[in-house]
Amino acid sequence: MFWDWNYVWEITPTLLRASVVTIQATLLGFLLAAVLGLVLAILRMSKTGWISVTAAGFVEFIRSTPVLIQIFFIFFVFPEFGIVLPAMAAGVIALGLHYGSYCSEVYRAGLENVPKGQWEASTALNLSPYITFRDIIIPQAIPPVVPALGNYLVALFKETPLLSAIAVLELMQTAKILGSQSFRYVEPITLVGGFFLVMSLVAAAFIRQLEAYLNRTLRNPGGAR
Amino acid sequence: MTTPMVKFDNVTKSYGALTVLDSLDLEIAPNEKVAIIGPSGSGKTTVLRMLMTLERINDGVIYVDGEPLTHMQKNGSLVPADERYLRRVRGNIGMVFQHFNLFPHMSAMKNCMEAPIHVLGLSKKEATERAAELLDMVGLGDKKDQYPSQLSGGQQQRVAIARALAMRPKVMLFDEVTSALDPELVGEVLNVIRRLGTEHNLTMLMVTHQMGFAKEFADRVCFFYGGKIAEQGKPDKIFSNPEEERTRQFLSAVLEAG
Amino acid sequence: MQLRPLAVCAIVFFTAGLAVSSFAGFREFIPGLLQGAAITIQITIGGSLLAVVMALIAAMAKMYGPLPLRWLAVAYIEVFRGTSALVQLFWLFFVLPHFGVNLDPMAVAITALGLNVGAYGAEVVRGAVNAVARGQWEASVALNMPRALALRRIILPQAFVAMIPPWGNLFIELLKATALVSLITISDLTFKAQQMNQTTFRTVEIFTIVLVVYLALSVLITVGMRTLETFAARGIARGR
Repeated sequence: MFWDWNYVWEITPTLLRASVVTIQATLLGFLLAAVLGLVLAILRMSKTGWISVTAAGFVEFIRSTPVLIQIFFIFFVFPEFGIVLPAMAAGVIALGLHYGSYCSEVYRAGLENVPKGQWEASTALNLSPYITFRDIIIPQAIPPVVPALGNYLVALFKETPLLSAIAVLELMQTAKILGSQSFRYVEPITLVGGFFLVMSLVAAAFIRQLEAYLNRTLRNPGGAR
Repeated sequence: MTTPMVKFDNVTKSYGALTVLDSLDLEIAPNEKVAIIGPSGSGKTTVLRMLMTLERINDGVIYVDGEPLTHMQKNGSLVPADERYLRRVRGNIGMVFQHFNLFPHMSAMKNCMEAPIHVLGLSKKEATERAAELLDMVGLGDKKDQYPSQLSGGQQQRVAIARALAMRPKVMLFDEVTSALDPELVGEVLNVIRRLGTEHNLTMLMVTHQMGFAKEFADRVCFFYGGKIAEQGKPDKIFSNPEEERTRQFLSAVLEAG
Repeated sequence: MQLRPLAVCAIVFFTAGLAVSSFAGFREFIPGLLQGAAITIQITIGGSLLAVVMALIAAMAKMYGPLPLRWLAVAYIEVFRGTSALVQLFWLFFVLPHFGVNLDPMAVAITALGLNVGAYGAEVVRGAVNAVARGQWEASVALNMPRALALRRIILPQAFVAMIPPWGNLFIELLKATALVSLITISDLTFKAQQMNQTTFRTVEIFTIVLVVYLALSVLITVGMRTLETFAARGIARGR
């Protein structure tokens, strides 16, 4: 028998509880990524040479190395410097850091797409750089890139199984434990796969809707005339 | 009367609610040179694109050399042609585009050899000879190994003409072939077309904005307006003494613009 | 754009130098690290080859295949993009044996990562093919070329140049994903790092060095793809 429905019903509640951890890790990780990404993007656009180069180097470094090693690094190396983090926190920080680097590129594209004239007009009105950023640039730069950020939210969600490597009891780790208890891996791992597939497809459909909505509204702010 | 080389029989083309061509009837004799003029959006380019099978038609039948082009005989009735049938009949027609559409990753020679080798089944030697001869004819004998990006617009368009001729079509379609060119390059392309007209047995259809060339070169001029042929006839008559008010307005607008 | 290799290289040499100079026993670990790196490179190359093949097949099937084949391609792309690489790896590793398919871990690793990245690659191929000017298809029709010939000789060679940068990113994603294979008992670079960590407790140095090795491999891929791009762009003169 390849597939045992009774077993499926037996393990479903356990997996559902674990999926809460997966979703928590996703949302916390992405919150971090969204904030960190914006900070990195702004640093990278800094006129001070060493700040922008350092920020760029950091982003490239994070993007060029495996997130799994980054998770290990934060979980195993930070304690050497006296920073002991629980597994979940270490995992969330690593995912946030990794996807923050990706998000910074998205923000940067958004910021660079705001016409130069907006900066010049703000200068002409004698707005401070901070106010210009907050009230003029950011409101124009962010909405168009929301779908791209959404794609990274989905990507981060799909990377959460990596937290099983440091024994966070999220979906994958729970599935592995269930598998090792019953020697049946088919059902738990397939269910986990199914869960990710459904969530990703739903999210992708949602992002498409959002994109279409933004395309309509951004081209015509203030509604139809 | 001989069979017409091209015959549009009650052909209609529409995109949704927009009718681009409205029950078009048009016959073109072998070796006839027809210029199609008219304002933009009048459906003139669509005529060529349908004939090249780049657009499906909604109603009617197009015949080329007496054979249905868009339809094929099946159990005694005409049904829309499938891809295999299209490939057989399409060989009669060649087309030159407004934006040249040369293959950017192939030299001028290779552009002219690709289809003869792989579609007509010519040997490499035959294809090379044919391509070299045609490139000589369009005056690009010394540019055979250049890539499209290394050629001027006029030279690219002449390569495109040679490429189409290498397939030995009976009908050549020219779709605003000088519209994308800088003014000083128009002449060299028109000269090549002029030579084709006198030295080869080709039926030619051209959509053009070059009224002077149409007047001198074409056997017949068709003025399209709103998806129909509003007026047609000998160039002398159309250009010097049009019957329709719309034709007169169009011509005076074009000639004024220069 | 030249900033990337420069900045990243500077970091490589700086941190590697720091780590090595502070790590007396480093020499003993070089053979182990090299072995691990060799496995990582093998899986990266094998997976990349599979990914390119799968991407081409899936993209062609999705765009031009008959209906059942098209559905199959869509299902492949959506399933492998919609579930995570680790789930796919575990599925092949733990579940396939239940169906009587016993692949050795290396084969599982290459298959899982190749299929995963291939699904993303299929969309890259599709995007690049769709980005070739419509006039190129029209010219092919006007020259009476069958679709397969036009695709092979006219469209794909032009799409190829546009595909190189996104494929570079995908190869780097694949390299990064090879770290996952340490979780199915393959002794790649990550696996070796953990092993050494457990025996020596030189955590800082080991993980720093391993990060830098991955970074160096990424830079290598970037530089390789840039070279390929320059080379290809020269052969395929762009523009109409």
